[in-house]
Amino acid sequence: MSEVKLFGAWFSPYVKRVEMALNLKGVEYEYIEEDLKNKSPLFLQYNPITKLVPVLVHNGKPIFESTVILEYIDETWEGPSIFPKDPYDRAMSRFWAKFVEDKCSDPLWKACWAAGEEREKAKKEAEEALKILENEIKGKKFFGGDNIGLVDYVANYIAFWIPLLQDVVGFHILTQDKFPNIWKWCYELCNDSFVKKNLPEKEKVSSGLKRAVETGSLY
Amino acid sequence: MAEVKVIGSWSSPYTRKVEMALKMKGVEYDYIEEDLKNKSPLLLQHNPIHKKVPVLLHNGKPIVESMVILEYIDEVWEGPAILPKDPYDRAMARFWVKFIDDKCIPPMWKACWSVGEEQEKLKEEAKQGLKFLENEIKGKKLFGGDNIGIVDHAANFIAYWFPITADFVGLQRLMTEEEFPNLYRWADDYCSHTFVKENLPDKDGYIAILKSRYRSIIIWHYLSLINYVTFLVRSPHAFPIYEYEFK
Repeated sequence: MSEVKLFGAWFSPYVKRVEMALNLKGVEYEYIEEDLKNKSPLFLQYNPITKLVPVLVHNGKPIFESTVILEYIDETWEGPSIFPKDPYDRAMSRFWAKFVEDKCSDPLWKACWAAGEEREKAKKEAEEALKILENEIKGKKFFGGDNIGLVDYVANYIAFWIPLLQDVVGFHILTQDKFPNIWKWCYELCNDSFVKKNLPEKEKVSSGLKRAVETGSLY
Repeated sequence: MAEVKVIGSWSSPYTRKVEMALKMKGVEYDYIEEDLKNKSPLLLQHNPIHKKVPVLLHNGKPIVESMVILEYIDEVWEGPAILPKDPYDRAMARFWVKFIDDKCIPPMWKACWSVGEEQEKLKEEAKQGLKFLENEIKGKKLFGGDNIGIVDHAANFIAYWFPITADFVGLQRLMTEEEFPNLYRWADDYCSHTFVKENLPDKDGYIAILKSRYRSIIIWHYLSLINYVTFLVRSPHAFPIYEYEFK
């Protein structure tokens, strides 16, 4: 029987998407909560390069970067698919996953934490990207179609964490008015019975974010 | 018969890696050179989001982002593998591709076009990334082992375009043989590989592009007169870039 370990942090969207994938495939794994202020020697031994969670360790071999891990999970274990089967659809999924990570999540996060000119710049970037994403989700329940797929996994950040962060800092870019289709998708995703079981508690995340805003430190 | 087109830019490492992948698989394709100063309706139609090259068109359907294209090519056509077969090795390859794209190439490229303290900072950042690559290539001929793989394609800028650009702008001591002997050796092995050699743009042609395409937004450096003078003294024939249009 294979041995699967996951090093993570409870509040991390990157970790949660990997846990969701493992649970989708019915993989039994040992979860190790990593204190990011005080990283364990074992963790640093497995991931000396980026030193970030999540790290999946399968039969002693470490894999890092959440999207790389998602693809590994899909290739290694049977069960419902994360990636589409058709090569063109797979290419489109990879493209949108990268777009979400680089063009949406990053500037949205930056805009919430920044101030002044930097905040305005990040806001503009985020809004331009969200307009494109708004168009992509139109008419679809999930980015993966009727079922959640890779892009939904990667955009979990936008669906769950960003709205909470926006409320905590009092700065809203992603709103129902401006982006009704994305907003609807956020609701669908967060209320999906499977996804719901794989999200952290809202209040716990909000308190953590409030603390981060007060202390200036995320961890 | 499948219709395959590549919209690209002659000097772009991203375009070249796509062409190399297609050639490795023995795929016939039409190549369309894009004038990046005056983007065609065809490019804007097929890549309206990023408006960048390369774009692969397969039976009329566009695929963009060079690494997405390489994975697509590997999945669709038979022939020498671009990615390894084993899932763990594939995961490692994908990790290194992302690492090179995110942590190595951006600071290396930006360092070529900056001066002073900013340049030193970028050089340091690039070196941090290169140290890991140095370790990864140790004992291997190519990142793909005995054959060129996706990680070698991802790092093609480091092997060929970067040394020429760095030399052109007068950037010194970023990727030296002393500090990175394994990477240096890999770069040489990669560029002298018979297949790769036939598919690289010629050095003089690339330098001519560097001279003519990137017009001086020298006002950036002019605003800080010290930077302006430093830049000109270092490389009187080079200009700061305004933007680069390939990915």
